[in-house]
Amino acid sequence: MDNKLLEVSGLTMRFGGLLAVNNVALEVNDQEIISVIGPNGAGKTTVFNCLTGFYQPTAGQVIYRGEPVQQLPGHVISRKGMVRTFQHVRLFKEMTVVENLLVAQHRHLNTSFLAGLFKTKSFKKAEAEGIERAANWLDRIGLAEFANRQAGNLAYGQQRRLEIARCMMTQPSLLMLDEPAAGLNPAETDELDELIVELRDQHKISILLIEHDMKLVMGISDRIYVVNQGCPLANGTPKEIQSNPDVIKAYLGEF
Amino acid sequence: MSKSSFIDALIASVVMLILTSWLLGLQLDNQPDGLRIILNDAAHTTWVIVGVVLVFFTQLFKAPISRVFSGIKSKGQDSGFKLPAPEEKPTLYRFLTIAALAGLLIWPFVASRGAVDLATLTLIYVMLGLGLNVVVGLAGLLDLGYVGFYAVGAYTYGILNTYFGVGFWTALPIAGCLAALFGFLLGFPVLRLRGDYLAIVTLGFGEIIRIMLNNMTEVTGGPNGISQIDKPTLFGLEFNRRASSDEATLFHDFFGLDYSSNYKVIFVYLAAVLLVVLTVFVINRLLRMPIGRAWEALREDEIACRSLGLNPTIIKLSAFTIGAAFAGFAGSFFAARQGFISPESFTFIESAIILAIVVLGGMGSQVGVILAAIIMTILPEMAREFNEYRMLMFGLMMVFMMIWRPQGLLPMTRPKMEMRNG
Repeated sequence: MDNKLLEVSGLTMRFGGLLAVNNVALEVNDQEIISVIGPNGAGKTTVFNCLTGFYQPTAGQVIYRGEPVQQLPGHVISRKGMVRTFQHVRLFKEMTVVENLLVAQHRHLNTSFLAGLFKTKSFKKAEAEGIERAANWLDRIGLAEFANRQAGNLAYGQQRRLEIARCMMTQPSLLMLDEPAAGLNPAETDELDELIVELRDQHKISILLIEHDMKLVMGISDRIYVVNQGCPLANGTPKEIQSNPDVIKAYLGEF
Repeated sequence: MSKSSFIDALIASVVMLILTSWLLGLQLDNQPDGLRIILNDAAHTTWVIVGVVLVFFTQLFKAPISRVFSGIKSKGQDSGFKLPAPEEKPTLYRFLTIAALAGLLIWPFVASRGAVDLATLTLIYVMLGLGLNVVVGLAGLLDLGYVGFYAVGAYTYGILNTYFGVGFWTALPIAGCLAALFGFLLGFPVLRLRGDYLAIVTLGFGEIIRIMLNNMTEVTGGPNGISQIDKPTLFGLEFNRRASSDEATLFHDFFGLDYSSNYKVIFVYLAAVLLVVLTVFVINRLLRMPIGRAWEALREDEIACRSLGLNPTIIKLSAFTIGAAFAGFAGSFFAARQGFISPESFTFIESAIILAIVVLGGMGSQVGVILAAIIMTILPEMAREFNEYRMLMFGLMMVFMMIWRPQGLLPMTRPKMEMRNG
């Protein structure tokens, strides 16, 4: 299959005696929004950590564009185009908004020591292009006027948006969002909804989403995976998941 | 000023008058027939009146005065005085740079020899402070063994000069590179460490270097150190009274001047100025380069760095290496200025002082660090007459600084980026 972006099979993560993730399988195609849902402590974030190289999975295969990535360190995986956000916003708080975006473009800028020392033409050009890209994204997420503000001083919703923009600066093909709507008000959640769909349709990337806001998840997901206590429970379209008796049982308990 | 403040002021001055006239205006006089209370001399009376008037007016204008002070203070609690970013006021910065450079160049010709020598020492600390600022202030890696790299630089020049007769300007880059290599080597084992753990390991590293120098007696002379290290030369011209060898030319002979030992002091000072200007320039550029931003990003959040494809290993190692290189330059310069080095000069207290310079100046702030280096070297010299209270004053100053201005003298300003309009 040509359009298969990410293929995960048999993913298992064991912390000593605790089986946090057990035999999880996932599949993400090009330009898809895939959600992973499950009750608190189900192991969703652990799956993310395994996929992005923050944990070394105990067993299983992670194939990204036909290439196994499960034993690679985090920054290498990220360079291949799998980039994530965090459940708790992790911005570079004391740096300005635009600096946050420039750090993320590290690999696309001129990092040569001598070029920077003597401010060569190519260095200036690369910096200007970097700032231009950053400015475009700041316009899109409505933070253009805060460009030189410290990132830590932004409002929470703005920080969330900045974090997504920062990921986009690395030019990923798979964006992994860990509870992006947590702590947002309904209006901000709607904006987020729009942004995610726009990322898929206009920037041609796939999105893997962990989220508790069911309205958001059911509204935008192409497919949904349900995880419960580390085990895969079900997967399918939003409709199928909503009517799946196992899922209802996991969320609401047995009657 | 209202009526009530006038009455308040009046009461305060009357109270002041009653109290001080008892204490200062009267005197016990030892007369043959016993003690007598007499009026004090006119000078005391004048001072009592001055005091009373002063109290009256301070009380009267208490409200406007306190408003002024509270204005300063409330600003101080926000962020305090901050320098504007260079991008905001380019002309101001250009003017200040030129003024500072001119001052630095004129200084040796107007100041006394001792003052010039002290200024050279200050410049060495400026270099050290700026170098450590990269590691601690920017990359956020707490390094308590920075003096180790300083020692490596000093001994590199000392040994190369004594055994192989290498001149200062040739040894300078070698010393820098060797110190950088040591920084790189230290970087490896401490890659996984942060904060307190890193501090302990680097502390150990600094001590290892010092003890090694102390014990490798055959090479380093042990506790006796290395003496008679050559001073820097100006394109081969020596500053000594007599030429060290037959082919060497002397500075005063070459220019047909009478010999003066001042030339040497001034030249060493100017060489230090040159090195410091280079250091400031290089680090200033590094700050605005991708690698400089990466250092700061690493300080802020290592996990986020990794998630964005930045390799923390390379960032940390580069910070250690570049920081150490500047210590190496400063070290070889120190050896050249002093002409004598021994492990005594590279004890832990030096590391502590350099770290204090960085913290006092404001982490990451170049101007702050330079200012702090000047204060930290000149104050102890000025306070020499207080003898044993010197260190106590020094300590007190640090304590008060950390209470009143924990962000440092001149905290770092973020570079402002020009965004396109619209």
